[in-house]
Amino acid sequence: MTVLADHKSTNGSAGPAQTGAIPVTTRKDWTSDQEVRWCPGCGDYSILAAVQMLLPELGVRREDTVFISGIGCAARFPYYMSTYGMHSIHGRAAAIATGLAVTRPDLDVWVVSGDGDALSIGGNHLIHALRRNVDLTILLFNNQIYGLTKGQYSPTSEQGKVTKSTPFGSLESPFNPVSLALGAEATFVARTHDMDRKHMMETFRRAHEHKGASLVEVYQNCNVFNDGAFERVTGRDVRADKLIPLRHGEPIRFGAEGEHCVVLEPDGRLRVAEVAEVGEDAILVHDESREDPGLAFQLSRLARGPFEPTPIGVFRCVERSEYGEAMAAQVEAAEERKGHGDLGELLRSGGTWEVPG
Amino acid sequence: MPASTSGTATTADATNGAATTGDDLGEHREHSTVELDRVVIRFAGDSGDGMQLTGSQFTTVSSLFGNDTATLPDFPAEIRAPAGTLAGVSAFQVHISDHDILTPGDAPNVLVAMNPAALKANVAAVPSGGTVIVNVDSFDERSLEKAGYAANPLADGSLSSLRVYEVPMTSLTLEVCKEAGVKPRDAERSKNFFALGLVTWLYSRPVDPTIEWIAKRFADKPQVLDANSRAYKAGYHFGETAELFESNYQVRPAALAPGTYTDVTGNTALAWGLIAAARLAGLPLFLGSYPITPASDILHELSKQKHFGVRTLQAEDEIAGIGAALGAAFGGSLGVTTTSGPGLDLKSETIGLAVNLELPLLVVDIQRGGPSTGLPTKTEQSDLLHAMYGRHGEAPVPVVAPGRPSQCFEVAIEAARIALAYRTPVIILSDGYLANGSEPWRLPDVEALPDIHVDFATEPNHEGPEGDPEFWPYLRDPETLARPWAVPGTPGLEHRIGGLEKADGSGSVAYDPANHERMVHLRAEKIARVAASIPPVEVDDPAGLGGAPLLVLGWGSTYGAIAAGVRRVRARGLQVAHLHLVHLNPFPPNLGEVLRAYRLLLVPEANLGQLARLVRAEYLVDARPLSKVQGVPFKAAEIENAVLAMLGEEGEEVESR
Repeated sequence: MTVLADHKSTNGSAGPAQTGAIPVTTRKDWTSDQEVRWCPGCGDYSILAAVQMLLPELGVRREDTVFISGIGCAARFPYYMSTYGMHSIHGRAAAIATGLAVTRPDLDVWVVSGDGDALSIGGNHLIHALRRNVDLTILLFNNQIYGLTKGQYSPTSEQGKVTKSTPFGSLESPFNPVSLALGAEATFVARTHDMDRKHMMETFRRAHEHKGASLVEVYQNCNVFNDGAFERVTGRDVRADKLIPLRHGEPIRFGAEGEHCVVLEPDGRLRVAEVAEVGEDAILVHDESREDPGLAFQLSRLARGPFEPTPIGVFRCVERSEYGEAMAAQVEAAEERKGHGDLGELLRSGGTWEVPG
Repeated sequence: MPASTSGTATTADATNGAATTGDDLGEHREHSTVELDRVVIRFAGDSGDGMQLTGSQFTTVSSLFGNDTATLPDFPAEIRAPAGTLAGVSAFQVHISDHDILTPGDAPNVLVAMNPAALKANVAAVPSGGTVIVNVDSFDERSLEKAGYAANPLADGSLSSLRVYEVPMTSLTLEVCKEAGVKPRDAERSKNFFALGLVTWLYSRPVDPTIEWIAKRFADKPQVLDANSRAYKAGYHFGETAELFESNYQVRPAALAPGTYTDVTGNTALAWGLIAAARLAGLPLFLGSYPITPASDILHELSKQKHFGVRTLQAEDEIAGIGAALGAAFGGSLGVTTTSGPGLDLKSETIGLAVNLELPLLVVDIQRGGPSTGLPTKTEQSDLLHAMYGRHGEAPVPVVAPGRPSQCFEVAIEAARIALAYRTPVIILSDGYLANGSEPWRLPDVEALPDIHVDFATEPNHEGPEGDPEFWPYLRDPETLARPWAVPGTPGLEHRIGGLEKADGSGSVAYDPANHERMVHLRAEKIARVAASIPPVEVDDPAGLGGAPLLVLGWGSTYGAIAAGVRRVRARGLQVAHLHLVHLNPFPPNLGEVLRAYRLLLVPEANLGQLARLVRAEYLVDARPLSKVQGVPFKAAEIENAVLAMLGEEGEEVESR
């Protein structure tokens, strides 16, 4: 193992570097010995399974993988992974992960968060991590409720929601996490849901591949405090008509026979339509790599909530300079320009004088 | 022409005496040079007048000349308060001397006032017989009114106890700049260089270093360079030729210890100390910080030094700053966050997390006047108890404090040593006075700095039930109680840490009551054991430990004032001891023994007695606080008087003052 006695050649980034073939692993290798303690029936189980099943396929090492979380039900996630992990404090996972990711570009850093953790107490850190484009894969478990504190409304709860802290109904407009991320200059934004393992794995894979910050909103059912919140779009019997799969380069259509679609109206608005009525040529072709996030934003607003046809998949995936890499480049450039820092020279840099003995 | 030339020669200090050839200068009509052993000069003007620049350049030149120097910048929190008002006055006090000095001086011997507001805000500090040099061009009716003067103080006799020189700085500056074709509006901005030139002559400073410095500093603005250079020379020549000043002065070089010196502020020394600490630890340095007065200069300095492998993140807020630093520490960097009081409030929860995670982390608090926004640009030492106890739960954290600007360097290294060896957050308490104040610093031999390197864990440290190797993140070093630091990327040591209570050893989440109690004690004991690595304190008592009747105990930036005050008391033939603490938690191992060796214990602090409270609680000693919370440092005379008063009250023989 390489120890950091001298980091001259690593432009200041810490940590050992592994070489050699990536070992073949199975789900079991990524599962810790800790007993999973979410409520029976919680959507978190299927998300955990999707991640544990995906990781052996990614060609990554356990020791190079880190899960960082804040506080909330979702935040217990790192304990169940046999990787490096930190269960930190409420809302701060993105900030802590930023420090780790920019100093250790060799690592795969995942952030696991919930709607309260990421959008309420930690909202500031989330938007800035996205804006900076730090190389993080952020999974936002959205169950539209505070579960760990036993059932208060969250920043994604619908207006009028009756909870313990809003007995007369919530007065607040909810955040739309995808819209928020797009507004925060995110380079990768996607949505998936806990009822479809295959879609989750595919979406997480794409998020992991992306260089820079990627945000995946996961519709996640809290069967104790907000059961069925997404049932109207994710239920097996309604899914075909209520989930709109976004596929890059393909016309956006859905329905059992692909009979519904999304069209761009002459006034610039998006609308759900029937293919039979508008014709195949009128269907909007999804382009996740559009520089302008405008259309992605409109797609994120297509449904007013998880009760009418809702797009899932990758909304936006564009390239932009990754923060940690850019920071490393500045360090390297400075070393090239000035040479590796000399401490004695630094202390003399403000001008000196000699007092003779 | 001077409004008042009565009075005797400018003496450097009322108690210390100064003018070694102090004839009655009023009788001289030709310039003579009077030798002084020290002088305190205060430059004061509008925030936009460049007084900080003027003062610091005068300091640099004096340091290069070989004087000992100490400075006290004093500026408003407003960037540009309305011009000409008292709120907008910015001042820079510098003490230069031919012997070693400890403070920027109790009172200025010379005040340079660029406008009526600067005069009004500062003249009360000038003792009778002191010198005031005013830019008389700015004493028009409107400016007098803005400063709140009903009558012109230059004409109403209110300054009669002072030696006042009226110099038309603005008009003379405009005149020399006109020849160079500089627009009057731009030229007017060079008047601080006229003042600098004049004072350069008055105190016989070399001219060339400043000419060279102007050329370098304004190299990309040739017109400004020209105007400043002309104004500077004009000021110098004015002193020499205008028959205004009867003499000028000389402060000879100080007999400092041999070596290479530089002039350094506390914040710069601290930033360099952090770079040195990372180098000595063999770790990359990461700073997560949010701009805040008076700590931002550390962020600025470290951001410049990327070729040392330094990474700096200007975070979205204080919490993110420390969060990122903690994340970097998890990954094997030396993680640092810098802030001032309000930011320390916000970082508290993450410091608590670092206590639980048992990861090394440096938290730098440049204290300022509080509570809340308080006095952003003024100094105070009121965060000590916050640093000690400002977290929920039993969350002990080592605390260290530098006493002089240059000491910030070694204290940063010491803080890093403790953080790394004991895997703990460490709080460094500096303050606004140390941060911006400067002094000559004899450069250490970088080869002789301590090795603070620690090893990462590389191997499993435990056997599972079937004899299989396991890694237990909370198995402790038997001596230091530090847990292993295993950074991500190390195969076989994958583990999870977090804010939930950990099972002793295995580090699994544990709610077991007995385990929690054991862990609380272990964390406390670990910090207590830091004391074993701290050298015993040595008290400054010429009569030997316990020889004097009274011990003055201090910490942080009161060092200079206490040491100078103690010198004055001793100059009276009285005995007094001084002990200055760097380690505030845990205390040095022999502190109790030292404190109990003295009958009287005085603790001067820029707060309401926070250290006094700690030593009382820890050692049951009768510590008497001496408080000052005015946003300005103690004066040596205040320490001296308090010592004398306490000795007198306690029946010691003291001469009356």
